[in-house]
Amino acid sequence: MSLFFMNFLNGVSLGMLLFLISIGLTIIFGVLGVLNFAHGSLYMLGAYFCFQFVSLSHNFLGALLLAPLFVALIGGVIEGTLLRPVYGRDVSFQLLLTFGVLLVLDDAVRLIWGSGYHIVDPPAFLGGVVRLAGFTYPVYSLFILFIGPMIGLGLWGFFRLTLWGKKIRAASMDREMAAGIGIDVNRLFTGVFMFGAWLAGVGGTLAAPLRAIGPSMGEKIIIESFIVVVIGGLGSFPGAFLGAMILGLINAYGAQYLPKATMALPYILLAIILLTKPRGLLSKES
Amino acid sequence: MNGGVTKRSVGLVAAALAVLVVLPFVVGTYFTMFVTEIMIMGIFALSFNLLFGYTGLLSFGHAAFFGVGGYMAAFLLIHGFPSLPLALLLGTLAAGLAAVVVGYFSVRLDEIYFAILTLGFGMMFYTLVHQWRSVTGGSDGLTGLVLPPLGIGGFQVDVSSPRAFYFIVAFFFIVTILVLSRIVASSFGLILMSIRENKERTAFTGINIRAYRLASFVVSGLFAGIAGGLFAVFDRMASPSMLHWTASAEPVLMTVLGGAHVFFGPVVGAVLFFVIEHVITQFTDIWMIFLGGILIPLVIFFPEGVLGTLLARRRGKRFKGSGGDKA
Repeated sequence: MSLFFMNFLNGVSLGMLLFLISIGLTIIFGVLGVLNFAHGSLYMLGAYFCFQFVSLSHNFLGALLLAPLFVALIGGVIEGTLLRPVYGRDVSFQLLLTFGVLLVLDDAVRLIWGSGYHIVDPPAFLGGVVRLAGFTYPVYSLFILFIGPMIGLGLWGFFRLTLWGKKIRAASMDREMAAGIGIDVNRLFTGVFMFGAWLAGVGGTLAAPLRAIGPSMGEKIIIESFIVVVIGGLGSFPGAFLGAMILGLINAYGAQYLPKATMALPYILLAIILLTKPRGLLSKES
Repeated sequence: MNGGVTKRSVGLVAAALAVLVVLPFVVGTYFTMFVTEIMIMGIFALSFNLLFGYTGLLSFGHAAFFGVGGYMAAFLLIHGFPSLPLALLLGTLAAGLAAVVVGYFSVRLDEIYFAILTLGFGMMFYTLVHQWRSVTGGSDGLTGLVLPPLGIGGFQVDVSSPRAFYFIVAFFFIVTILVLSRIVASSFGLILMSIRENKERTAFTGINIRAYRLASFVVSGLFAGIAGGLFAVFDRMASPSMLHWTASAEPVLMTVLGGAHVFFGPVVGAVLFFVIEHVITQFTDIWMIFLGGILIPLVIFFPEGVLGTLLARRRGKRFKGSGGDKA
């Protein structure tokens, strides 16, 4: 029973990280219409920036503040210089373009930090373990469990209550109409892309003490995030949450009950959902 | 793209054939193997482009069929199967069968959903060969292929030398070009292109879109299977990385490099891909950054690829700038 409970915690905390990354991916798709292949690499950059900052200053909270901002800046440069010329093009071409960005970012990381793995220790006040239902559980994972919903709640408030949030939702529903009523779509696009990149950076920074930081971490997470946003419904906010939780729990319980098939489960789920509900579980269009 | 048979094109084909035949006798073993690999990946990229360039479907799981072809051939050859051509044929058929199953489901979807679903199916095959240790060797793959001699007209030819294998690959390369260029020039190919340009209008003419897409998918999978079988023999092994989604990205990159809307675009792309890799890896192992650095401006400024842009320039047409592409 308690193993079941442990796996629940593991699944939800993995889901929280996936949610942070996927929400950026799905916002960018919803507003800009671009499926950003390089989004996992932005997450990876967040982790590397966190590693760099912590090894210089030994201040994790500072890293949590700064690393995502740097990622957001890089996102702004990518959107302004590379994506802007191809908005009118076919989605496949945007996918290829952002794949090019992925290649560049992944290898840039190899050039700067090498191909080896790096580790970031959680900050002292979040280190160590607690006893839960007869098991020991890392405090840092509990911190993720706590901060994930906080960020989710903050995003919900941002989109529902603030002017910018409303503009973004308006633009994701109808770009032309949003431009028509006086929303500066160019600035909005840059802002949204930077915001999505920032969220990926936050995800990467938070993941840094949990996972080994290496040049392939973006490649792995981007496929998982694609699955999350597609099963939830591309562009759907609650869909990203639902998808992330499903995928997190599948990973955790799969490892317990179906260890041999756990690698394939997300892909099987993806295929089943795409074939039965082609636009995802919680899509806006039917 | 595949205009009439002119004197000029006959001359070009003859010259290309002559170069292919003479090449391994002029250059060393290393370069022979280099060109062999380019031809194998050229077959793979050509097969992919039947789907992408001609049918308008971006598959991000094409490595599945490459891998199935490779694993089938490798599995037979490490268990003492007596015939190389038959092993390659069975590998091709296995890939075709896999393509029937994957294609049956995938061709219902469009654009990005098609790309993601094929990526998902591709990764299912990847996890299958990764986990099914007793048959596929798991993460180690299948190693130690034994190549039986090839009987040609009463002669027993040892195919394990790089030069002999070069000619086998060249044979399949030419066959692939002949068959695929026939297909895209046929009425079947025209229907595929009309599906690419406008699915709804094509459907209104009474054409079963799904059936045509599936046919294109399966033909594409068959040729990817040939390439995979040849690659496994070339490497003397089949490994799970053949099926990973990053392997699916390679024919995509080659095709975009060369140009998706000209028949030989993927081949030119394969040549460029390997030459770039070859040149850069002389200095550093980190070469994908350069590939990405080439891919990005290519997608932005030359969406028709290197060969496509050159041919368009020669025809005197103004290069279509941004927004003109429908791939």
